[in-house]
Amino acid sequence: MNDMRPLERAVETKEIKFECRDCQVYYGDTHAIKDVNVDIEDKTVTAFIGPSGCGKSTFLRCLNRMNDTIDIARVEGSFLLDGENIYDKRVDPVQLRAKVGMVFQKPNPFPKSIYDNIAYGPRIHGLAKNKAELDEIVEKSLRRGAIWNEVKDRLDAPGTGLSGGQQQRLCIARAVATEPEVLLMDEPCSALDPIATAQVEELIDELRESYSVVIVTHSMQQAARVSQKTAFFHLGNLVEFGETGQIFTNPKDPRTESYITGRIG
Amino acid sequence: MPLLWIVLVVLGLGLIGYLMGRSRALGSAGGDGRQLHSLPSYYGWHGFMLTVVPALLMMAAWLLVAPSVIENRAAAGIPDAKIAERGSRSLVMAEVRRTGEALDMAVAQGTMDEDMARNLRADFTDVTERLKATGAIITTTVDQPILEAAQNYRVMAKASNLYMSIAVLGLAVVGLVFAFMRSDKDFRARNVVEQGIKAILILASTIAIMTTLGIVLSMLFETANFFEQYSWREFFFGLNWAPDFRGNSELGMLPLLWGTLYISLVALLVAVPIGLFAAIYLSEYASPRLRAVAKPMIEILAGIPTIVYGLFALITVGPLIRDWIAQPAGFGNSTNSVITAGLVMGIMLIPFVSSLSDDIINAVPQAMRDGSYGLGATQSETIKQVVLPAALPGIVGAVLLAASRAIGETMIVVMGAGAAAAQMEQGLGAIINPFQAMTTVTVKIVSQLTGDTDFASPETLVAFALGLTLFVITLGLNVLALYIVRKYREQYE
Repeated sequence: MNDMRPLERAVETKEIKFECRDCQVYYGDTHAIKDVNVDIEDKTVTAFIGPSGCGKSTFLRCLNRMNDTIDIARVEGSFLLDGENIYDKRVDPVQLRAKVGMVFQKPNPFPKSIYDNIAYGPRIHGLAKNKAELDEIVEKSLRRGAIWNEVKDRLDAPGTGLSGGQQQRLCIARAVATEPEVLLMDEPCSALDPIATAQVEELIDELRESYSVVIVTHSMQQAARVSQKTAFFHLGNLVEFGETGQIFTNPKDPRTESYITGRIG
Repeated sequence: MPLLWIVLVVLGLGLIGYLMGRSRALGSAGGDGRQLHSLPSYYGWHGFMLTVVPALLMMAAWLLVAPSVIENRAAAGIPDAKIAERGSRSLVMAEVRRTGEALDMAVAQGTMDEDMARNLRADFTDVTERLKATGAIITTTVDQPILEAAQNYRVMAKASNLYMSIAVLGLAVVGLVFAFMRSDKDFRARNVVEQGIKAILILASTIAIMTTLGIVLSMLFETANFFEQYSWREFFFGLNWAPDFRGNSELGMLPLLWGTLYISLVALLVAVPIGLFAAIYLSEYASPRLRAVAKPMIEILAGIPTIVYGLFALITVGPLIRDWIAQPAGFGNSTNSVITAGLVMGIMLIPFVSSLSDDIINAVPQAMRDGSYGLGATQSETIKQVVLPAALPGIVGAVLLAASRAIGETMIVVMGAGAAAAQMEQGLGAIINPFQAMTTVTVKIVSQLTGDTDFASPETLVAFALGLTLFVITLGLNVLALYIVRKYREQYE
């Protein structure tokens, strides 16, 4: 886990996972995202920050085509995942979402047992050949979600009976179980208390080992703690994108500086 | 004093109570509403409630109790021989009441004066003809004991009305004065009104529960009468339904119960899949505009009177099934059949299942669906594995509600499946063939109670036993539904 001295962090360049160019999103007549260009690196935590309604969640939802489920939303521009445009006609959004997993703001475990919650994705995508393999996937995912020790004795208990922080870690484990390449997190800690938040942040840092993680957050401390790259959105524009340390200590744009010092928000 | 007048006067007093309570409270605060504990209107409502509610409750109680008291007293004068002659006391009393009304009418029309109505004697004048002349319904000759009882009845009814008027109006005035005295700037009228509203709400729910209890009790007494005359073992386990009003009936309920369950089963087999699929389409796939049109259209089905469904079964579905399926396949040649009634009843039940299920599916939070889509599930996978399990208790509730409707349905059965009970003694083929006529408990309840029958015979009383059995079955279904909903409720929060 990173401490609060972002400047001293080692900066290394990594392979680019998502290459987004000239991205526009419209909700009906509203132009919600304007000309956004972002490169999201592999095995990196990228944080999207900005005031409410600035479009950061909207942009996040473009990355796994969740905006398709909203009738009035229209997306333009190119979103290249490993060089392939995810809005291409040949791409099946359902397959894409298996590759680009998502964790939501409010913990939303299914009203099923803990085991079935985790096994949901693998079952749909046929990842396990038999029960033993499925058991293995469930255990591995729960360990990844840092919740195995708390629930290993009650896998048959309903997932909805867990505490808020446990539910959110369960949802992360559920997303991890489908072996995604990118994990999108939409304010994953906003419904959690500080202790559960710390646990989830620790988990995000561990997930960086294997995935590219994109996190939307309202807490600038959180962005500073968990991310290596930070993007600042304002009124639908991407104002500034760069190393987290640089954004928080030496922002280039005056708007970024105003936001992180608390003058606009 | 006529009832309407009493009510109007009480309401008028209530209005006065409102104004007086309000103005006295305001007066005690020196006309400044801010000095009062509650808003001025609360003092007004307090006065209104104390004036109106106890008075009207008293009136309701009086109206419930007084008639039976008066009737008992009037009946006391009638000799036993008279009662024996007419069959039962209630028949004699009906005659007394009619005679009393006829006397009232005669006075109102001016053919008799009040004195005459009170002192008339049947032995000397031709009372019967004179009363008939008023247009009243007099079926038999009015003789002296009846006339005397009727005269007593009239006098007592008049007195009761007078006392009631005095008591009700007196109570209203007492309430008004009491409320007026209490109205003062420190009096917590707001809290009292709140309590009063709560009491009214409790009263309303109590009435609903008491009515159910009353229904059960009335059924219970008649059922007990039935089982005094007929063996319960033959009723519950008898395989033959052959009522005969000359006696020696066989009143086994199994053929009827089987008919009810069989037809309901067919109806549910039609209604549940169609209704559920329609609900899923409407709530998950249809565009909002289509949904806004289609949902009310489906609900129109629920507004069609069952007799119209019956006609549809009788003239369209029944002949169609006979000509195209039953006769060519050699299953029978009756237009009335289980499958006809079941099909049509199923159509009737579609909106029950679909409308309720649609609401329940819509109540499943969007976060559940998002979670599933976010894991790469398709829409139908999401519905099948996340939405439906979450909505299941509600859907089961909807199905059981539809089942209760199906079990209680009468019209469609008479016209679609006929009125002949299943011939269970003829073997399995006669039991399960869905192309034969069959009938249900409800149809037989109607047919046993209609017509000119002796009300004390087992052939008539069996209707109450059947009704109670049906009630117990639907009650059981409802309890089962509640149990399922509680046990399998999947909480999303």
